[in-house]
Amino acid sequence: MTTSFIHPAFIMILGAVLLPFVRGPFRKPFLFLIPLLAFIDVVYLSQHPGTYGVYQFMDWELTFGRVDRLSMIFGFIMALMAIIGTIYGMHVEDEWQHMAAWFYVAGSLGAIYAADYIVLFLFWEMMAFASTFLIWARKDEESLAAGYRYILVHTFGGVVLLIGFVLRYQATGDLSFGQLNVQSPELYTWLIMIGLMLNAAVPPLHSWLPDAYSKATAVGAVFMCAFTTKTAVYTLIRSCSGFDVLIYLGIIMAIYGIIYAIMENDVRRLLGWEIVSQVGYMVTAVGIGSSLAVNGACAHAFAHILYKGLLFMGAGAILHATGKQKLTELGGLYKKMPLTLIFMLIGGLAVSGLPLMSGFVSKSMIITAAFESHLLWAGFALILVSAGTFLAAGLRLPYLLFFSTNNCSEETWEKAKDPSWNMTLAMVIGGFLCILIGCYLPFLYNMLPNTEVAYHPYGAYHLSETLQIMAFTGLAFFYLRKYVMPKNTISLDLDWFYRKGGRAFLWTVKNPLQWFDTAISNAYKVVGISTLMTTSAFWSWFDWNVIDGIVDGIARCVRAIGGRTALVLQRGQIQQTIYYTVSFAAVILIAYVWL
Amino acid sequence: MIVNFIDYLRERLQAVIYCCYGVMTFIVIWSLTVDTSHAHTWAEKMIPGFWSLFGLCGCAIIIMVARWFGKGGIMTQEDYYDN
Repeated sequence: MTTSFIHPAFIMILGAVLLPFVRGPFRKPFLFLIPLLAFIDVVYLSQHPGTYGVYQFMDWELTFGRVDRLSMIFGFIMALMAIIGTIYGMHVEDEWQHMAAWFYVAGSLGAIYAADYIVLFLFWEMMAFASTFLIWARKDEESLAAGYRYILVHTFGGVVLLIGFVLRYQATGDLSFGQLNVQSPELYTWLIMIGLMLNAAVPPLHSWLPDAYSKATAVGAVFMCAFTTKTAVYTLIRSCSGFDVLIYLGIIMAIYGIIYAIMENDVRRLLGWEIVSQVGYMVTAVGIGSSLAVNGACAHAFAHILYKGLLFMGAGAILHATGKQKLTELGGLYKKMPLTLIFMLIGGLAVSGLPLMSGFVSKSMIITAAFESHLLWAGFALILVSAGTFLAAGLRLPYLLFFSTNNCSEETWEKAKDPSWNMTLAMVIGGFLCILIGCYLPFLYNMLPNTEVAYHPYGAYHLSETLQIMAFTGLAFFYLRKYVMPKNTISLDLDWFYRKGGRAFLWTVKNPLQWFDTAISNAYKVVGISTLMTTSAFWSWFDWNVIDGIVDGIARCVRAIGGRTALVLQRGQIQQTIYYTVSFAAVILIAYVWL
Repeated sequence: MIVNFIDYLRERLQAVIYCCYGVMTFIVIWSLTVDTSHAHTWAEKMIPGFWSLFGLCGCAIIIMVARWFGKGGIMTQEDYYDN
């Protein structure tokens, strides 16, 4: 490692390790300082692109610090979100939650700067395990179960990724993490892609996301909504750009997510489905693989982290204040939480792609890339989803939370209030950045990896297109809103297979397997134990009478012979003893001379 | 201040709705004057207010598909996994 390179992940890990020792008045400044230092480090590295932190380990060369334009933009937004998330969670006394969050951020930053599969895998798994603790930190039964499901699914994904890159190493001898040959994919190409796309929540490997994010702590969900899927998008851009299948999966993902978001009653599950839908745009862009599409994926990931973080912060503020996150238990909250309303509106309009908001300048880049690649069906599908996004996050969610019938219980209504200063500050920063990105294009566009393509979102036609879609989506919502009212239901998804499958496994273990085990035990008791007892009795008799008899007999013989010999040879008369000794020596001597 | 402003608008809901209709009409009329040389397909050039229609129908389709999907057995009782 050169002296000029300090890995930002190292700063986060060091901070997490030291955190329990920093108490009292030093805790809050420390919580702010560590992610700030990591952010400064990321900005410093961005000014000095290159390869750092190269180590030789056994036969492999491990590279911890690949700093280029692609890792730069993702590193920047992850470090920025670490600051925002930590400010948001500054009131949390539970140091384990902060530690888990920082290890999680470290895992993400480590994966982003990794240039080989071993380092990538190391940080990949760090992310999975650390984020599980953000779910468990909520400390209720549902979160415990959701955490187990989450870690099992991610362990499966990790194993698939591991098998993929090991097979690739066996075939090519190469461990470097870069663009795969997606034109003629091998088995390992598919396995690596599947391992990566599980973290991006690409169907059919997506169900973990709404399940886990809705069960995490308020602060935990703010971190989780930013890091796992977007780090996965980064790895997909790095390795699977231009992989056609991702176009189809991305479109399915975008549509699937929005349909489920509209059916959802749980606020944070709804936002989770929104993530699935929005990451669908990025996955489609990765599949298209053109320079503009890759820029679009990066820009949308950047914008998405901010507006989705803002929406999760708003939802977390409601959960923190009221303890409720179901739409059927909330409503009419604008009177009690007006600031939260403003920030959730900003987040909702940003995700919907309203002009002057971040989503407008990022999402449209992907749609334009689809049209430019002559994928008309994909372009129209993504525009349709943007209408659905406005419906779900820009209209339905704020309407049901803040304006529609007040479903709050008296206790919930009493508790409802705008959040503390730190949570509000984090939302102010998030909201400001959502607007800044939409209004001042160079802030985001200058960071994009492919500098050779230019994109101008604020054309009259594009503005007219967007405004028409949003206005008439609003009109349709106005007339059809009774069909999207929340109900006290859950929506079945593909996690049904492993949730019910797990129960089927338990039933199989408890019933047929248990019966079989009992039958074997009984058979053993009847046949095995009696046979064993009879055999044991025989060997006991044999041991007692035969073995002991022989041993005792030999002992008695030795004692008798020894006694008689001693009587003859040791009579206590010195002349006889000398006689026997000399005679014995003479016999030995003669035998020696003769022989 | 925010609460007062929202209450003010809610008290004049009908006027707000008419304003929204006005804005929508303005957007559609403006869209007819916009240069369509950047349009992706012929349909956008030939059908006036294409994206208005797209937004209206798209939203209605999404709502109906979600409703059909939910009623098809996807939406179920909350304690489904507890039983």
